[in-house]
Amino acid sequence: MSRRFSWFNATSLTLGFVFLYLPILILVAYSFNQSKLVTVWAGFSTKWYGELFQNQAFMDAAIVTLKVAVVSSTIATILGTMAAYVLVRLGRFKGRTLFSGMIYAPLVVPDVIVGLSLLLLFISLGMGRGVTTIVLAHATFSMCYVSVVVSSRLVSFDQSLEEAALDLGCTPWDAFRSVTLPIIAPAVISGWLLAFTLSLDDLVIASFVSGPSATTLPMKIFSQVRLGLSPEINALSTIMIAIVTVGVVSSSLLNKRATVRRLRQEQDALKQS
Amino acid sequence: MNLPAEQTGDFIPWEDADAKPIIRFQGVTKKFGDFTAIDNLSLDIYEREFFALLGPSGCGKTTLMRMLAGFETPTSGEIMLDGQNIAPVPPNKRPVNMMFQSYALFPHLTLADNIAFGLKRSDMPKSEIAGRVDEMLSLVQLSKFGSRKPHQISGGQRQRVALARALAKSPKLLLLDEPLAALDKKLREETQFELMDIQEKLGTTFVIVTHDQEEAMTVASRVAVMDHGQLVQVATPEQIYEFPNSRYVADFIGDVNLIEGAAKSVTKDAAVISWAEGLPDINAAAPEGLAKGDNCCFAIRPEKVSISAEKPTDAANALPGKVLDIGYLGNMSTYHVELGNGQIIKAQVANQRRLSRRAYTWDDQVWVSFTATAGLVLSA
Ligand SMILES: Nc1ncnc2c1ncn2[C@@H]1O[C@H](COP(=O)(O)OP(=O)(O)O)[C@@H](O)[C@H]1O
Ligand SMILES: [Mg+2]
Repeated sequence: MSRRFSWFNATSLTLGFVFLYLPILILVAYSFNQSKLVTVWAGFSTKWYGELFQNQAFMDAAIVTLKVAVVSSTIATILGTMAAYVLVRLGRFKGRTLFSGMIYAPLVVPDVIVGLSLLLLFISLGMGRGVTTIVLAHATFSMCYVSVVVSSRLVSFDQSLEEAALDLGCTPWDAFRSVTLPIIAPAVISGWLLAFTLSLDDLVIASFVSGPSATTLPMKIFSQVRLGLSPEINALSTIMIAIVTVGVVSSSLLNKRATVRRLRQEQDALKQS
Repeated sequence: MNLPAEQTGDFIPWEDADAKPIIRFQGVTKKFGDFTAIDNLSLDIYEREFFALLGPSGCGKTTLMRMLAGFETPTSGEIMLDGQNIAPVPPNKRPVNMMFQSYALFPHLTLADNIAFGLKRSDMPKSEIAGRVDEMLSLVQLSKFGSRKPHQISGGQRQRVALARALAKSPKLLLLDEPLAALDKKLREETQFELMDIQEKLGTTFVIVTHDQEEAMTVASRVAVMDHGQLVQVATPEQIYEFPNSRYVADFIGDVNLIEGAAKSVTKDAAVISWAEGLPDINAAAPEGLAKGDNCCFAIRPEKVSISAEKPTDAANALPGKVLDIGYLGNMSTYHVELGNGQIIKAQVANQRRLSRRAYTWDDQVWVSFTATAGLVLSA
């Protein structure tokens, strides 16, 4: 296959990336603007970052957001890994197609619908809305992403490893804990990072299920912006972009490195045998 | 047709009516949906045996083995281990260990930890585990490699670690599913002898699955030939080779000439088989139950067929033909001789001389001959 340089390819690539990243770049640039006016460049400064950390409302929201992200992504990772394990391992059981379809559904259902239905659920259960309900809501939808990541790893996992563990005296749980889990760990961690960033990122679902006691950063930013743009918001958004980028990049690097290493080991094995 | 003891060693528990089998399959059937993988199979395996399951791919060998290990449960019938029905015992509670075809070494553990894996889950005191691991490593000659990971050693070494890991808990029964399939021919042959040594040294009962008949013949005290989930013949390698009980076994084990015919006359120990018009009848020993007029099949191994330029005067059977093909194998040559009716007979001759002095060549007229007891009349 020849992949030659052509002006058409170069132009489409450039346009695509500009379209994707220009708004973000502008936002990052203006977060370092000296001027209070968001649209007028008046020289470089980091003062808005300093002011941001003085703002108690923002700091409270940040703490809520982190708490929600850590707890919900941990729950999502446990549940998502379990779901992936069952769907990949149990082979054909009645309703398997239905289950695996249902696990992917929340990936395509609009956030508004997910948020609304969770809200209705919490109300009918009589649960007070706050951090707990946000955590539950985030765990629910990010669990699907975790199970997608983990099941793609489990599909290529040699089942005879688990059988060997059972054969050597493990109970099924011990076999999972001491053989399966260490081997699929990179995929599980990368699922956790993905769930973490999804939770940091979410505005719509959190807005539906949170109450007056809990405001996440995206919610805070959104409500501030309606009162007018401020360079502080730009600074805050820039920090969030940085965190999310680190999360997503390390998640995919982790997965890719584990895959590459596995392939290399398999090749070594072939060469030597 | 029992062979004298010196051919099988003194170890022949299957002929001792009092011997208790360590494993007994009783009418075992295994179905996957509508498909019957194991079909009403009964089999006894005795302690200290090196038992080989041999058969073409898909005949149910792995399924049989997985039922012993506890990964499959019989649809009907019973499997007894030491007189106990093992159906309700989960794999981790069975005194049985398995060496997997893929070796299934744990990639995240060192070789020593792989071997210690089962020991840590047994009632062996912690203080003895390290010693046992060393012992196993030296049994398979990998003492220096204990701290390596599985991907840092060769295929042959991995095979030996898998063996050491499976043997570490001193199981009553060791299952080996095509243990040597991934090795090249030379290493495979060496490893076969190593396996036999280890088995003899430890006295563990080994059940090995293979689709390689030479491997089964080399290592096993008894061989079970399987077809479509059933046992066709269970016997020592010598018996299987010299006295196959059916066309299927004769054809599956080694090379054989099969001649279809009908019994023209049958006496107590001799049969005359007519098989082609215009060609001499075949004189052979009569098997039990053969009656005059029965269709049958005469089977003879190529190495039991002689080839000569002149008609031999003393042979019970001599058939004229011409050399169609010569397969040179180094230590011997196989002559394909075409008889008058188109039947091809293979004759194997040791190459005692250099090639340049080969006695026959393509298109030569020759005689193939064999004694009356060299071949076997098979009715099935
Ligand atoms: N879990 C299973 N589900 C359905 N069919 C199976 C299963 N395991 C084995 N089989 C079928 O049973 C037959 C025997 O398989 P196996 O015991 O693996 O054969 P062998 O080891 O002799 O090659 C094959 O036709 C295979 O497709
Ligand atoms: Mg098999």
